[in-house]
Amino acid sequence: MEFLKKNPKIFQWLFLLIVFFALCFAIEVPETYKFIRGQAEFIKDPNQSTFVFAGKEVRYYAFDVFWRLPPLLGWLPIWINDSLFFLMNDWMPMEFWNEDTQEFKTRPLLLQISRNLTGFMTFIIELIREILLGGLETIVAFTSWDFIDANPWAELPGLPWTIVAAGATILSYKLSGKGLAIFAGLTMVYISIFGQWKPSMQTLSFILVAAPLSFIFGLGLGISAFKSKRVEKALYPILLVMQTMPQYAVLVPALVLFGVGDHAAVIITMIVAIPPMILLTLLGLRAIPPEVIEAGRMSGCNNWQLMFKVLIPTARRDILIGVNQVIMVCFSMAVISAFIGAKGLGFNLLLALNQLNIGLALEAGLCISLIAILLDKMSLAWANKQTDYFGNLSFFERNKNTIFFIGAFVIGIILAYIGTFLFKGTFNYLFEIPHNKGISTADFWNKGVDWIFDTFFVYIKAFNTWLIQEVLQPMRALYLRMPAVATIVLVVGAGYLIGGIRSALVVCGLTLFIALSPWWDRALVTTYMATFGVIISCLIGFTVGTLCFQSKSAAKFMLGVCDIFQTFPSFVYLIPVMMLFGITDTSVLIAVIVYATIPATRYTIEGLRSVPVGLHEAATMSGVNKFQRLTKIEFPLAFPHMMLGLNQTIVFALFMVIIGAFIGTEDLGQYILKALSDKNGAGIGLTLGICVAFIGLIFDNLIRTWVGKRKKHLGIA
Amino acid sequence: MSDAVIKCESVYKIFGENAEKMLQEANGNVDAKTFQENGCIVGVNNASFEVAKGEMLVVMGLSGSGKSTLLRCISRLTDATGGKIFIEGQDLLELNNKELIDLRRNKMGMVFQSFALLPHKTVVENIAFPLQIKGINTDDSISKAMDMVKLVGLDGRENYFPRELSGGQQQRVGIARSLAVEPDIWFLDEPFSALDPLIRKEMQDEFLRLQDKLQKTIMFITHDFDEALKLADRIAIMKDGIIEQLDTPAKIVLNPATEYVRKFTEEVPREKVLLIEDVMDQSTSDNLGDLRVSKDEIIENVAEKILTQEKTAGVIDSNNKIIGSINPTKIINTVFGGRKNGN
Repeated sequence: MEFLKKNPKIFQWLFLLIVFFALCFAIEVPETYKFIRGQAEFIKDPNQSTFVFAGKEVRYYAFDVFWRLPPLLGWLPIWINDSLFFLMNDWMPMEFWNEDTQEFKTRPLLLQISRNLTGFMTFIIELIREILLGGLETIVAFTSWDFIDANPWAELPGLPWTIVAAGATILSYKLSGKGLAIFAGLTMVYISIFGQWKPSMQTLSFILVAAPLSFIFGLGLGISAFKSKRVEKALYPILLVMQTMPQYAVLVPALVLFGVGDHAAVIITMIVAIPPMILLTLLGLRAIPPEVIEAGRMSGCNNWQLMFKVLIPTARRDILIGVNQVIMVCFSMAVISAFIGAKGLGFNLLLALNQLNIGLALEAGLCISLIAILLDKMSLAWANKQTDYFGNLSFFERNKNTIFFIGAFVIGIILAYIGTFLFKGTFNYLFEIPHNKGISTADFWNKGVDWIFDTFFVYIKAFNTWLIQEVLQPMRALYLRMPAVATIVLVVGAGYLIGGIRSALVVCGLTLFIALSPWWDRALVTTYMATFGVIISCLIGFTVGTLCFQSKSAAKFMLGVCDIFQTFPSFVYLIPVMMLFGITDTSVLIAVIVYATIPATRYTIEGLRSVPVGLHEAATMSGVNKFQRLTKIEFPLAFPHMMLGLNQTIVFALFMVIIGAFIGTEDLGQYILKALSDKNGAGIGLTLGICVAFIGLIFDNLIRTWVGKRKKHLGIA
Repeated sequence: MSDAVIKCESVYKIFGENAEKMLQEANGNVDAKTFQENGCIVGVNNASFEVAKGEMLVVMGLSGSGKSTLLRCISRLTDATGGKIFIEGQDLLELNNKELIDLRRNKMGMVFQSFALLPHKTVVENIAFPLQIKGINTDDSISKAMDMVKLVGLDGRENYFPRELSGGQQQRVGIARSLAVEPDIWFLDEPFSALDPLIRKEMQDEFLRLQDKLQKTIMFITHDFDEALKLADRIAIMKDGIIEQLDTPAKIVLNPATEYVRKFTEEVPREKVLLIEDVMDQSTSDNLGDLRVSKDEIIENVAEKILTQEKTAGVIDSNNKIIGSINPTKIINTVFGGRKNGN
């Protein structure tokens, strides 16, 4: 009792837990309740109840309201869907000039805008793609198909792979030096020899459009948010939701608005990649010391010069992290957007995964990861590049990179020309190694997987069965056993205890949205998988982070590893786990754990590092040993930062859980995937996405509020 | 004074939402407390002064006294709430944005306490920055910047990044940058406060050397009274936004205007501050000794000579004309006696 009096918080938390469990036991499971049917499906069943909202009929299985709230928001997806279709097909019809038929045509405004936008996107993507691979579309865009028929020579020839490889190497050398140049060269040669050239270049052309556009828009919006409070206030909620919104969910509405193909993929990628860019731009600009701005002003900068010569370069650390994020998201989306018809490596990867051809998937995944790392490092080197004013260089030295490239260009063309004689009748390997005609190690990997599977089948199977039967199933059952009211009380109570009435209200709103949507049960399953992943990830991440922190070089090495792992597109993580565990929940969870361990580890190391040196020394002088120092000084002080890591871990875990739907789970992700192939899926997909985003935001709100208070308390805000 | 380069007429700077309205209602009688109750903070309160060409005005005050705010009003990094500021006769507050930028590009230079160097540029690029902003081409701006690098004694380090330099070196870059456009007016905002004492002394000497050569019109902000005494032609002492006293160092030491100023002067070693002129007798008695001292000497430098004489020494001006006298007792009184009597 003494103890409780001293710590009123603990008493409050205990009280909350008691109420929660009391509610759980008091509310019985209705006999008719079955998970698999969920709350509301759009199939007709005589046992369903219905209600009508704004002309939309919602059908659902009614339970005791304490057990499951009725899906009062069930009309929302239908309504979103209808609005989208209305906007696209019937809203504001206008006369537009049609080039092909040479006459005015009536079209809804939004449709016309969308078609123009997609046409423009398609044109740039095709232009880059045809420079790399050759083709007709660009010339057609300027002339017509008749012109092509009349002039059979009119075709962009495409660059031989040797030239692109040499170009990448020379550019890397110019930007950063030998190390990166070697890496670039090897990457390009690998891609080519393994017959991944064409899909790689398709992916690359997609990224060369999506990444710069995302960067420019993100930077621009970030700047305007920095300059105007109003813009910032308008953007903030969107940014918040987009941060935790699974990328899948954006696919579906975009499908309706922009159709299928690379152009739609670019637009979606931009939608996903711009928010983090805005946030980091804003963060960087905010952190600039006021005196630097004043120094710029006193140097006589006008607003333009101040922004681009002083502010942005000074904030460049954060902006570069933004660029890194943009590239990461772009590659991640390069795979995911294969669902809506983007060509390239992502498509091959999905295809291979679908066929369970792990070897092929591995090769495609490796290509994506290599290109991702290469582009990331190149953009970093470009931003950090210096000019040398004093070297009195000769013409040759100043232009040696250009000269080398011209040389490589000529040699490449000559080689390609020689190739036409060398490989008569077959493919010209010196021009382009066609897909599936290169070396492939797929068989080797597949055999390896088979071997592992054959050899360790018993153990893997045993582990799998044990995990599913002893851990996952009971945990899942527990989550589903929670009555809706009890869950809401728990979450809102936690919000109140952590952040007071304001936090409680925010959390309550977010939870209610999910509870009133038709997918509460699915959301519980998503939460259970994410929770399991987060717990294990944090255990691993905190342990590994703490161990690595003991030695400076180990910490540095680990952060580097985290960097590289983060650059991998999220889909790639599915490959190795599918190799080992096949198509089970275990696979998904292991992918979740691996993926989510990255931020857990990173933030642990960074948090421990941020403990001031002075305190370190003070502790040492008080005679603590290493272990005491860790538990008494470093952990308490680093804990808030580590909690931010937990926040990221949750977001990462949720993302992976949703992506895991590809393997087959029965949570929200599966429904999003279903919505992709549904004509009326846009509303469902978006609502589901918002549900997932809200799960993330509930934790985000609780953790951030707690961290803010704790940091203030410790005086390290 | 018609040749005033900087001229302020009852400048006010008040932070807060209704600052302007409240200032008008106060009718020139601003009381910090009533303003604070209404959510406004008074930064600068009725500051009027002039700075002549080639003069160095040091504004001294503790943190929160409004000295930096005053400087930012005069450089128009913030807009003054009330009053008028003239730069070489031009009304600063009337300038449009383009004219203001022009003024800064050609007439003003500023040094900051935290150096405020651009982290992504090397030493020489930082110094060349204001020149490049002005539109001068790369070659010319870099070669001009190299001259500046030599002026502040950083040759050999021109390709270093700010993070690779010590504090003193970074501030040398800051100084060089502010001088690169050859401004007439030089603002320094606590330029040496972030440096350790030895480096600070070195930089002060360096600064005096530069000023000797360049003869800029200077406003120098500091919270260090000794620094103010050492550098200033005139000192303005600020407290709560009000200029308590504005005068030459000697006069401030000899005649502090308020109790607040007197507290600062108490511990000051007078012999290091006062000139012979400040303490001499105006009367030229007949029994002068042979010793002649210039009226512009600091007491410390000639005290020993005067004290070893038995007779009174004559004080001469720059034309070798005797304008007064000083006897050893006077010196002893100044050095040891003054503090207890309050003068």
